[in-house]
Amino acid sequence: MDLKLSDIVLTYPDGDRELTAVDHVSLTIQAGTTTALLGPSGSGKSSLLAVAGGLTRPTAGTVQIGEEVVFGPDTSVAAAAKVRLNQIGIVFQQPQLLDSLTALEQLELQAHLRGRKPKSARAGALELLEAVGLADRAHHRPGQLSGGQRQRVAIARALWAKPDVLLVDEPTSALDHERGVSVVKLITELATRTGAATLLVSHDASSLGSVDQTIELVDGKIVCADLVA
Amino acid sequence: MFVALRDLRFAKGRFALMVAVIVMVAFLVGFLAALTSGLARESTSAITELPADRIAFSTPDGAAADFTSSTVSAQQVKAWADLDSVRSAEPLGVATTRISASGQTVAATAMGVEAGSALVPTAVPAEGQAVLSKGLADKLPGVRVLEIGGRSFEVAAVADTELSFAHTPVLWMSLSDWRAIGLADSSSSDIATVVAITGDPAKSVPQMTAMTLSDSRSAIGSFSSENGSLLTITGFLVAISALVVSAFFSVWTVNRTADIAVLKALGASGSYLVRDAIGQAALVLVGSVAVGTALAWLAALVAGSFLPVVAGATTLLVPGVILILAGLVGAAGAVWRITRIDPHAALAAR
Repeated sequence: MDLKLSDIVLTYPDGDRELTAVDHVSLTIQAGTTTALLGPSGSGKSSLLAVAGGLTRPTAGTVQIGEEVVFGPDTSVAAAAKVRLNQIGIVFQQPQLLDSLTALEQLELQAHLRGRKPKSARAGALELLEAVGLADRAHHRPGQLSGGQRQRVAIARALWAKPDVLLVDEPTSALDHERGVSVVKLITELATRTGAATLLVSHDASSLGSVDQTIELVDGKIVCADLVA
Repeated sequence: MFVALRDLRFAKGRFALMVAVIVMVAFLVGFLAALTSGLARESTSAITELPADRIAFSTPDGAAADFTSSTVSAQQVKAWADLDSVRSAEPLGVATTRISASGQTVAATAMGVEAGSALVPTAVPAEGQAVLSKGLADKLPGVRVLEIGGRSFEVAAVADTELSFAHTPVLWMSLSDWRAIGLADSSSSDIATVVAITGDPAKSVPQMTAMTLSDSRSAIGSFSSENGSLLTITGFLVAISALVVSAFFSVWTVNRTADIAVLKALGASGSYLVRDAIGQAALVLVGSVAVGTALAWLAALVAGSFLPVVAGATTLLVPGVILILAGLVGAAGAVWRITRIDPHAALAAR
């Protein structure tokens, strides 16, 4: 299903005035494609991603998955959580893995959150860990993994439920260039394979060779959109 | 409790410390409750375990009921017996005295009863005889003759009970002997201390007050002050322990804020987060309190031979349940706060 953001506005109170983090942004990401959101620090990239993931309510505008409006200014916290659980996978800037769980359990947790027995997810989880090159690290906890490995576990976790939408926030920020390129390539491949509409935020254009579209955001506004050949 | 159980496994050291503290708190609270209960029993069991329903005291001019000052006449006993709904009314003498035997002197409470009374655990002793409670017999091993108030009494039997009054073991004798050794007020015609009533009288005899056996404990001077002090100490200990346990879980749950933010961001519902956090607290609390209470029960069993402790189920379980509830309240308060956190802000700050 496509991800469609329509006329999104996000403002924050800033002393006596209001700060506009996202200013009337509209974009559509087709299922199975990856769009990279570029821009300097403070341009509103992560804020737009938070709106797309229902982590922040937009001041105005709507977020659609397929034909259904899932987030808007009046969406409740509980309703947003339900949409995230059922339709969205998120990879945070930091991997945000739970310290007490092994790599395999990070994925099994997704089944538990959906009311299923964690062990029922084991085969699929191992398959995903293999897809991200971590089958041999399945029983390691985050403290026993490198930064790149943790990020790949986070990607596998986000994709476990075969989400309609994958949101990825600065996945390469803690990685060197080579690993950054490889992680972005992995995300785009998996997005294509799973059919997820993927929005990827990055400040490093050099690692985005594998994405389908790039959009540049400055001061909360789209200034440039290019389809990558 | 998918995450909660793995947290327990992962942070063994932290949980071991929490468990150790809660076990010790539960042990301390449980043992003190057992000691309070034991001391109360040692002070009152001769009264609370009487085969009667009520005790009637003389309370002239609205005086407070008191075993020390109460004296009853034969007419008053008859007046109670004549009331509707009273099946029996018996005079009962209760007085603390000193007993000499085999060169030693011990304090005891002499209880005087009429012939044919059902208030003695064994047959009513004849004149010149006494029945000893087990506790008194243990203090005077092998004694067959003892002296009270200058008169000799033959030990007729030893009852298989450890009844005591005001921390002294009990012996029973006939009411006439009880009066003869000077335990009744010789200047009046009163025959006993109180009236033991079986039945549920709808009204009272003038200048007298009838109380249930449990309420009549307050008429034992030492019991009121001693039990009041011990209950206050136990109450404070339970309250402080409950606060400590509650604070423990509050802090622990707040420490999990980042993990809970991740779970929220992944789409966990509020009820899932509450179940996970409260389930974890319940597991640790119930396990630790169960171990602490079991240790208190064992200690009470061991100490029972030299300390007045009662290791009853209610005595030990009530403080344990209070501790568990207090811990859960602490955890629930913290969970209530953290389920309202903004996952976006919390993750950004992580």
